[in-house]
Amino acid sequence: MSEQSTNRQSEKHSVWSWWYLLFAVQFLAVLWPPFYNAVEPSLNGIPFFYWYQMFCVVIGAVLTAIVYFATND
Amino acid sequence: MPEVNWTALIVFLVLFGFITWLGFIAAHWRKGDLDQLHEWGLGGRRFGTLITWFLVGGDLYTAYTFIAVPALAFGAGAIAFFAVPYTIMIYPILFLVFPRLWHVCHKHNYITAADFVRGRFGNRWLALAVTITGIVATMPYIALQLVGLQVVIGGLGVTGTGYAADLPLIIAFIILAAFTYSSGLRAPASIAVVKDVLIYVTAFAAVIVVPIQLGGFAKIFAAVPPAKELLAVPGANTTGAYGVYATLALGSALALFLYPHSITGILSASSGHAIRRNAALLPGYSFMLGLLALVGFFAIAAGVGTAPEYADGFKLFGNNFAVPALFLHSFPSWFVGVAFAAIGIGALVPAAIMSIAAANLYTRNIHREFINKNPTDKEEAQMAKWVSLIVKLGALVFILLVPTKYAIELQLLGGIWIIQTLPSVLLGVYTRWFNDWALLIGWAVGTAAGTAMAISVNYAAAYPLAFAGYILPGYSAFYTVILNLLIAVVLTPVFKAMGGKVIDTTVAADYLA
Repeated sequence: MSEQSTNRQSEKHSVWSWWYLLFAVQFLAVLWPPFYNAVEPSLNGIPFFYWYQMFCVVIGAVLTAIVYFATND
Repeated sequence: MPEVNWTALIVFLVLFGFITWLGFIAAHWRKGDLDQLHEWGLGGRRFGTLITWFLVGGDLYTAYTFIAVPALAFGAGAIAFFAVPYTIMIYPILFLVFPRLWHVCHKHNYITAADFVRGRFGNRWLALAVTITGIVATMPYIALQLVGLQVVIGGLGVTGTGYAADLPLIIAFIILAAFTYSSGLRAPASIAVVKDVLIYVTAFAAVIVVPIQLGGFAKIFAAVPPAKELLAVPGANTTGAYGVYATLALGSALALFLYPHSITGILSASSGHAIRRNAALLPGYSFMLGLLALVGFFAIAAGVGTAPEYADGFKLFGNNFAVPALFLHSFPSWFVGVAFAAIGIGALVPAAIMSIAAANLYTRNIHREFINKNPTDKEEAQMAKWVSLIVKLGALVFILLVPTKYAIELQLLGGIWIIQTLPSVLLGVYTRWFNDWALLIGWAVGTAAGTAMAISVNYAAAYPLAFAGYILPGYSAFYTVILNLLIAVVLTPVFKAMGGKVIDTTVAADYLA
């Protein structure tokens, strides 16, 4: 719990970065239900509808991490 | 009536006792002067990445979520999974908007969203609209946390008649009220760590153990009726269930961080960095929420809905009893105690944060703005402590006297109301272009239209909007915030032409580190 010191380091952030466009991917991936409203291909008995969206959670986290490191100079 | 499950009850009580102790000693954790509002109500803004992760996770993924999402999957099927895209879309918003909001709030010692709106647009009435919306939207949310608590207490077999039936809930709430009063935001922050560990253990145990017992996922989904397994394919001239699913997810995502308890949780972080890191780390909870939604299907496959031993529970709590019934069906008693404690404690964390957030709003944006303009730090903190008690008492009385149905309907309305603060708060963080009166009129029209829509469809989440020969059923909150925004955009140039000026006490540099 001694994060305070590291969190106080200087934070430089420009207003806009092109890296932010990566966020569009996670919106587009889930906002069009006809794309994933299907049983097949199922994974280990779990219909596509369910495992695909769970997979998108992981993708979203990875993309956010990429944006974090890319814009965190 | 079911018998008391003693083993589970004892485990439950031991864990509850532990977090009660933790809640009280939390006052001494990262010690600060609790006679100052930002210390009591924001934990002194000193929670790093890890504590923020636990606190915001415990705050947003509430007990009611863990009960209601699987219950919706159990009852209505695939539509319940909208919670997953919803929680995918919240994190870019968190990443982009909230570090800026954090910086400006830190710079000007703002405690609430309404403080920010007051400073940004210089209009006390717009700030009042944001304040009242926040408080009114939060109250039924607190009440619903109690529903989560009621369901697990019922699941433990603790029942009674008359006043005795409500006694466990009242005791739990007195404990909650006492530690929130004495420790402020430090109490839910420390308890959230315990709660989240218990919830993760429970979720993963459920997702590993139950499918093995039921013979694998293929068998589970074979037991789910086809109509529940996927979204219904829309007919001609309508976007049908697809539109409902997408607008529910997007509308809920836009609304989430406008809730006072979300903003309180986020502003308590120690830096913009801690918030950005959490945007990448918090999806861990989304993944777990997805797993828990599947638990609703496990409950269908296990056949708990028709098992005679759970009939009483379903009669009392409806589909909200699906998860407790499945846990009772699948787990040994001691683990039932752990799982139920996870849900019960999971109710206290957000309830505490919500009451603190509502208290901060009242104290800063109503009392200080309109009643006593120059309170001392101590008076201000003391006022917030008392208000937090009143808010919780209100929620308790509400849930004891009014049928749960109304709390659920009010919470739905709360989502429609809170999203109307989006132009002032979320967009306000990025631009001062809007005119304050245009924002206020947009807010009023959006709130009125959203309320009318919800009432016209008898408090269903989706409103069948007719447009150019098409029927577009969708989340009322999403439709009405667009209306709100359109009005604000159209009226802003009008007010500016009339000579309206915005008195912005913040400058661009305040939003950056």
